[in-house]
Amino acid sequence: MPKFVREVSFYVLVTVIVVISIFPFYYAILTSFKSGTALFTIDYFPKEFSLQNYAHVLTEGSFVRNILNSVFVATSVVVLSLLLALTAAYALARIRFKGRTLLLLTILSVSMFPQIAVLAGLFEIIRWMGIYNTPWALIFSYMIFTLPFTVWLLTTFMRALPLEIEEAAIVDGATPLDIIFKVFLPLMWPAMVTTGLLAFIAAWNEFLLALTFISNDTQRTVPVAIALISGASEFEVPWGSIMAASVIVTVPLIILVLIFQRKIVSGLTAGAVKG
Amino acid sequence: MVSGLSSMPTQSRLSNQRTRSAWLFLTPMLLILAAVAAWPLFRTIYFSFTDARLDGMDEAQWVGILNYLEYVDYGDGDGEYFGLLADEQWWMSVWNTLKFSFVSVFFETIFGVIVALVLNVNFKGRGLVRAAVLIPWAIPTIVSAKMWAWMLHDQFGILNDILLNLHLIAEPVAWTATPDTAMVAVLIVDIWKTTPFMALLILAGLQMVPGDVYEAARIDGVHPVKVFFKVTLPLIKPAVLVAVIFRALDALRVFDLIYVLTPNSEKTRTMSVFAQENLFQFDKFAYGSAASTLLFLIIAIITIAYMKIVGLNFDEER
Repeated sequence: MPKFVREVSFYVLVTVIVVISIFPFYYAILTSFKSGTALFTIDYFPKEFSLQNYAHVLTEGSFVRNILNSVFVATSVVVLSLLLALTAAYALARIRFKGRTLLLLTILSVSMFPQIAVLAGLFEIIRWMGIYNTPWALIFSYMIFTLPFTVWLLTTFMRALPLEIEEAAIVDGATPLDIIFKVFLPLMWPAMVTTGLLAFIAAWNEFLLALTFISNDTQRTVPVAIALISGASEFEVPWGSIMAASVIVTVPLIILVLIFQRKIVSGLTAGAVKG
Repeated sequence: MVSGLSSMPTQSRLSNQRTRSAWLFLTPMLLILAAVAAWPLFRTIYFSFTDARLDGMDEAQWVGILNYLEYVDYGDGDGEYFGLLADEQWWMSVWNTLKFSFVSVFFETIFGVIVALVLNVNFKGRGLVRAAVLIPWAIPTIVSAKMWAWMLHDQFGILNDILLNLHLIAEPVAWTATPDTAMVAVLIVDIWKTTPFMALLILAGLQMVPGDVYEAARIDGVHPVKVFFKVTLPLIKPAVLVAVIFRALDALRVFDLIYVLTPNSEKTRTMSVFAQENLFQFDKFAYGSAASTLLFLIIAIITIAYMKIVGLNFDEER
């Protein structure tokens, strides 16, 4: 094959990949700016710029409240799981003790758990704790998927740090808690940002638990709120509003992904490939 | 590692102290995991052997395996089996889940390898392409389900419009509503959404392949396709195998995409959807618990079998 043909076909392939990746979101944005009957004509390029759908989503119903719920839940989940995982990761990465590998594997296997298998039991605990239908039910139950991978990732990152810094601190008589917060924490910030971002995205996107443990509209998080947006009948699905709501909850994520692209990629692959 | 310290006899007190603090540090995390995973799993299994109801969990009575299998004798020599193991709907959902998982992971792996190979080439704008590829991964599943539901709309959907213009179909297809195409619709969305994850894991594997391997093959004049199958593929095999198990475990528990894109479709109802509906919508809490328990067992067996077959071993001290 001549070089020219090879180069052209390579760039064609690249274009196809990029178009397939971004077209659905592009089309959602395009739809969200349409109003009235324009919705029912198919356009490939933007023709209209109406904010009607956005105004509708943000003023009617409880969508703004749902966004705040999601922000609160996802942020709390990140803070809590990082805190629990940091100390645990120190123990798993830096201290040799019997059963360490087995423990790490058990933790990893929890992250692969089908969440539906614990749903009935979780429901019982959550009712017993009296937190059913509150954000706390989600913050608590989300630990099942954020905690294992934050522990796993922070352990991986912490193992990569040089041994000497810790030895010096031990010689100086520092307690383990000192070592974690004064020696490791400053060095762990990049890893914490990566892990925290992944936990945030996972919590922000979660659906099954949020659907099951929250029963009223004002307490819901955004994925459930979007799933439940419906019209007066099956034939009046408000696609414009759904697309506007979708764009609102997705844009922050996409901005995060674009800014922290490298960090996210390293986080996603750190746990898996080295295994 | 720390072994350098603990091997010194004078340090053994310090080492003991460190072991103690290790467990102290692990305790809060382990307690939370026990509360959100181990205990609820145990309770779910327990409920599956009772007659628990959604608003009567405390009065649950032990009923043995009735939720799984029960033979009802009609007295006239005739009888019928009831329970999950005799439930056609359940086996249908098991089959749907397996079919969905196999097909989606299969195509994700192929597309993932292609995208990874492209991203491994040094070309202008590679960063932008990688960012674009990450977008489907970052979009919440619910949002991608809704976006695609709109694109797949039978009357106003752009996908039908494209296919009609290309003369690939003669008339609009009701993708999500027709039983025959519902699974195809779900697969399209899932493959679109999760190929990036696959691609990134495989890319990480590719980047660990030393460049001089390719250099040597190029100098020897080996055909690129042959290089791929003889050199690249064996080298990235471990990364691919790990990526496949991660994705398969995710696919086997699929819930949200199907719940939103094709609700009420028997052809796409998966084990998770079946269990959730019975637990919380049909007021068959114990029956749903039994489904959850079986789902857990099935996924565990598949995982162990896969690890054994491909020889994945996480057991080594890293």
